Amino acid sequence: MVIELLSYDFMRRALLAAVLVGLVAPLIGTFMVQRRLALLGDGIGHLALTGVALGFLTSTSPVLTALVVAAAGAVVIELVRVRARTSGDVALALLFYGGIAGGVLLIGLAPGANNATLTAYLFGSVSSVNATDVYVVAGLAAVVLAVLGYFGRELFVLCQDEDTARAHGLPVRLLSLVIAVTAAVTVVIAMRVVGVLLVSALMVVPVAAAQQLSRSFRITMALAVVIGVLAALGGLSTAYYADVAPGAAIVLIALAVFTCAVVVGRVLRRYRHTGRTSPIEEKRAMVGTMPQTESGSVSS
Amino acid sequence: MSVDVSSTDRSKRHSRPGAIAFRAHDAVVEYDRRPALRGATLEIETGEIIAVLGPNGSGKSTLVRALLGLTPLAGGTVEIHGQPPRRFRDWGRIGYVPQRLSAGGGVPATVREIVASGQVVRRRRLRRATAADREAVTEALSAVGLADRAHDSIHELSGGQQQRVLIARALAARPDTFIMDEPLAGVDAASQRALADTITALSARGATIVVVLHELGPLEPLIDRAIVLSHGRITHEGAPPRPEGECARPGHDHVHPHAESDYSSTGPPPAVPTFEVSRGD
Repeated sequence: MVIELLSYDFMRRALLAAVLVGLVAPLIGTFMVQRRLALLGDGIGHLALTGVALGFLTSTSPVLTALVVAAAGAVVIELVRVRARTSGDVALALLFYGGIAGGVLLIGLAPGANNATLTAYLFGSVSSVNATDVYVVAGLAAVVLAVLGYFGRELFVLCQDEDTARAHGLPVRLLSLVIAVTAAVTVVIAMRVVGVLLVSALMVVPVAAAQQLSRSFRITMALAVVIGVLAALGGLSTAYYADVAPGAAIVLIALAVFTCAVVVGRVLRRYRHTGRTSPIEEKRAMVGTMPQTESGSVSS
Repeated sequence: MSVDVSSTDRSKRHSRPGAIAFRAHDAVVEYDRRPALRGATLEIETGEIIAVLGPNGSGKSTLVRALLGLTPLAGGTVEIHGQPPRRFRDWGRIGYVPQRLSAGGGVPATVREIVASGQVVRRRRLRRATAADREAVTEALSAVGLADRAHDSIHELSGGQQQRVLIARALAARPDTFIMDEPLAGVDAASQRALADTITALSARGATIVVVLHELGPLEPLIDRAIVLSHGRITHEGAPPRPEGECARPGHDHVHPHAESDYSSTGPPPAVPTFEVSRGD
């Protein structure tokens, strides 16, 4: 079965791109979820659409313009988040809608392109990935891996608590921008595979699934990557055999894994708690999907 | 009298006698244009153990956050080991214990991971932790009595235990200057005594410790000097106020509003500062 898939050039490229996305998206996603910025990827994705349209309008590579616009948008979102604390979510919403509207407007102006052109980027079209695309995706994935490897410890401290990061003398603003721009690069990588509307799902859902099963940050991250890669491969194969949209198949498989993880996680926690905590505490820990003991001990 | 004895004792322990760990001059902090700290001036020598006291909303946390440069000043200056926070580079010397574990992600993290993250400044990039690093983490966990919980998720711990994890995180990098923001809040009596022991040991190594407290509790005998705040002003600086009468009852909720009295301009503080019991703040 796998041999059959691999006998097609386009499928080999698609599988490679999907694996890279499944690998990278949950990595940066873990930091974003830790920082409670799970929807940042969504916002950047919307902005990337304007970038794609700009590429068609100016007859340059849509991936390149998407990269530039998404990265610039990520920086703006980060600055808005810091400056306007009170209306941060509204400011983000404005950027989301601006991104989509800008994309639709610009694509209408581009000669020989229309909204159907955007659909390939909205929902992904992994089968049309060419050799150059694969090189670009691989290069960007390497950049994301290098950045996360280099700044990993600092990013962990930052995403845990900004004040503590500051009290360690870490460059908080720079590191925040590193996260935002890395997320933007990841969005552009994933754009061709799952589409900008589902990019965020691949960053967040594998992490959400992994954290049901793990008590450690490292293991959560590793599990999320495994889930991401498996969902990408599984979704793509399903799409090939059942002739459904690959992006949607990948995300639905990830969601199915999440559902299983919730159930398994509950059983695991019940097992761990037996014999150590009182039934009352156990019950309390079971209420949410996240194990938390004292309400109020974790500020939101 | 007892104050004199303890201060001569302490001066021997100072790593560099007379060196200033924290200095604030007329520091003003405003939140949305409402003053939270109205011109604080103080000096904290290296090796001192300082308690910052005051009722809720009096500006205790704001003061220590300003000392670290975590909160921008609307006026005045602060210095950390002789440098303004922006120019200060020796952050490995600072151990900060925040008031509580922050939201810090929906992503689980083990107690050990959190404590090890305290070494972020001293660890080499792209290198694995050295044996000395790991040893320091283990030591910090033992110091707060959580060695057996190292591999549990921090979210599975009680509030008091999370507080101890934050203290261990500050200890892990072996700094010599500590700012602890209400480390006793929600901590049971045994943990409070454990913290007192930890502070005693740190102090013996010459560490500077600034600790924000709602009440002195078991730390009382360790405190060299107390800074009492009320409505964003320093209203008392000197010997820790000793509770008496009604306030000395165990479990009493102390409030120290030396409101509208400014000892620095009216001479030395009375031997026994007055206490108000009501919490009208």
